[in-house]
Amino acid sequence: MAKVTFDADLCKGCGLCVDACPKGILQIAKDKINKKGHSPAEMTDESKCIGCAFCATMCPDCVITVER
Amino acid sequence: MAEKVLMKGNEAIAEAAIRAGCMHYFGYPITPQTEIAAYMAKRMPKIGGVFLQAESEIAAINMVYGVAGTGLRVMTSSSSPGVSLKGEGISYLAGSDLPALIVNVQRGGPGLGGIQPSQSDYFQATRGGGHGDYHLIVMAPASVQEMADMTAKCFDLSDKYRVPAMILADGTLGQMMEPVVLPEPTDYKPNKPWAVTGTECKRKHNIINSLYLKPEQLEQTNFERYERYKAIEENEPLWEEFMMEDAEVCVAAFGIAARVSKNAIMAARAEGIKVGMIRPITLWPFPKKPFKAAADKCKAFISVELSMGQMIEDVQLATECKRPVTLCNRTGGMIPSPEEVLEAIKKAAGGNK
Amino acid sequence: MAVVFQKPKSLTDAPLHYCPGCTHGIIHRLVAEAIDELQIEGKTIGVAPVGCAVMAYDYFACDMVEAAHGRAPAVATGLKRALPENIIFTYQGDGDLASIGMAETVHAATRNENITVIFVNNAIYGMTGGQMAPTSLPGQVTQTSPYGRDTATVGFPIRVSEMLATLDGPEFIQRVAVNNVKNVNAAKKAIKKAFQNQIEGKGFSLIEVVSSCPTNWGMTPKKALEWVEEKMIPYYPLGVYKDRSANKEEK
Repeated sequence: MAKVTFDADLCKGCGLCVDACPKGILQIAKDKINKKGHSPAEMTDESKCIGCAFCATMCPDCVITVER
Repeated sequence: MAEKVLMKGNEAIAEAAIRAGCMHYFGYPITPQTEIAAYMAKRMPKIGGVFLQAESEIAAINMVYGVAGTGLRVMTSSSSPGVSLKGEGISYLAGSDLPALIVNVQRGGPGLGGIQPSQSDYFQATRGGGHGDYHLIVMAPASVQEMADMTAKCFDLSDKYRVPAMILADGTLGQMMEPVVLPEPTDYKPNKPWAVTGTECKRKHNIINSLYLKPEQLEQTNFERYERYKAIEENEPLWEEFMMEDAEVCVAAFGIAARVSKNAIMAARAEGIKVGMIRPITLWPFPKKPFKAAADKCKAFISVELSMGQMIEDVQLATECKRPVTLCNRTGGMIPSPEEVLEAIKKAAGGNK
Repeated sequence: MAVVFQKPKSLTDAPLHYCPGCTHGIIHRLVAEAIDELQIEGKTIGVAPVGCAVMAYDYFACDMVEAAHGRAPAVATGLKRALPENIIFTYQGDGDLASIGMAETVHAATRNENITVIFVNNAIYGMTGGQMAPTSLPGQVTQTSPYGRDTATVGFPIRVSEMLATLDGPEFIQRVAVNNVKNVNAAKKAIKKAFQNQIEGKGFSLIEVVSSCPTNWGMTPKKALEWVEEKMIPYYPLGVYKDRSANKEEK
């Protein structure tokens, strides 16, 4: 049981979190654009999240908060 | 109290700085100011202060920048080539509105030049010296007593206006021994809300900085700083007038050149020539007022300098070119003799009748 | 549910200006986490460099000083000598620390100045648009080495950690990287130790962080981190290069 929240407007869509996720449940949203003009990262299936915080560890912009 | 002691000019600066509450000194060896560093090296460890011989002039001035950011009184000293190296840090001090004292015991230049006294860093000192729009408060002592007094004064003015200050001396004054009454020690406690001392998580963070990427902001910051410069120009010019009451010829000289000129003026007076002197004590702000007034009553001006003629431009500006200004100078470490100055006075007195 | 990961409080709310995927953001966060965990924010003063991290003063919530290019260790020396009870760190790039500021770096190290230095090595000048750095790899193409760094004419990269470790002065020198989760966690530990050393009065601690510059390397953020693994780390091996206190304990 884990909860991951994205402060989407801070995201620059670099994708480092996507590569870090061991469960492969992160992606760069192709259909969204944030305030800065970037396509932000998002989670596809929260039920599979184990709350490992690898995504947040690799995020250069403190976009991600992880609760477990 | 008021006990007179015999001291070298360089040592008088060092002791006066300590008495003004300067507990941090950073420097790099260079002739002819080494006594300042040596004095600090001896004294600072005994009184809980910091003396640190830096790896370069550049490092020394940046250590000064660090201490100045905390609001404490701090100084460095050097001589001409070393002050050029400090130029970068001095510009950053000015751009970050940090008070500090820089002492330049000048030697001949350009380049490595020589080690004999000179006044050829006048332009560098009074125009800023580094890059950008800025000024330093510049004071020019003419005696060991003034070396001591101006050190205290520079710290006070620098703190008051948040503008770095410079003492522009020369090798003669630095090495010269004279009796001096040292200023009383002050218990300096900074009260500078802008200083970086740690937020203690009780206030927003302070930032010491000279970077403004938005041009409007940089312009505004410079405008604000120039308002302070204006106040300095109005309130702080200092000068000495010597035998100016009835003078027809006016000598302009500062520092060691003024001492030589005094002898020449006495000799000229003995020959019946009405000559006097205005000695700028602050070089920036330049004392324009007395020169402007003198331009109405004197027929000629002589700028006596240990350079190829630098202050002469300020004399011409201050007198609004109403009267001829001639140059009596030696350079490269040479000092004009009283006879040479007397010759120039005679020429000025007779040439324009 | 408890929060297991969030933005550290010694970072301000100012959004970072760094390019997408730039690891400066990770390193900023690691420094801030160390400051938070050691509860030293209120007495920490940071020194920002000239380079990409020039505006670090807006990002760290502690008091900050912006230094001239390369002069951060000298500025930090002044700060530490004035306020010995405070915690002083510098944050510098490779051009700042290993080129224009090498003298300041070496002498602060040899004095064992009790400060913490975070050295970000990404083998390029980022802010000015990708010129050759003192740490650019042999053959590396940059704006000022368009045919690749030719060691015959411009010499070899400087391995700062190894070089400083030859000095008797410094307390602690470690090289870390931020190219994957494991390395980021190790980097965090090293950075925290570098601050802890200062708190304990042990002296000069420098952490070299092998980092990436996707924009000026001309790579995607992912590819840039692979390049760190494949090219950078072999030239700049990770590890502890000096730990005076540990050596003392062994003896």
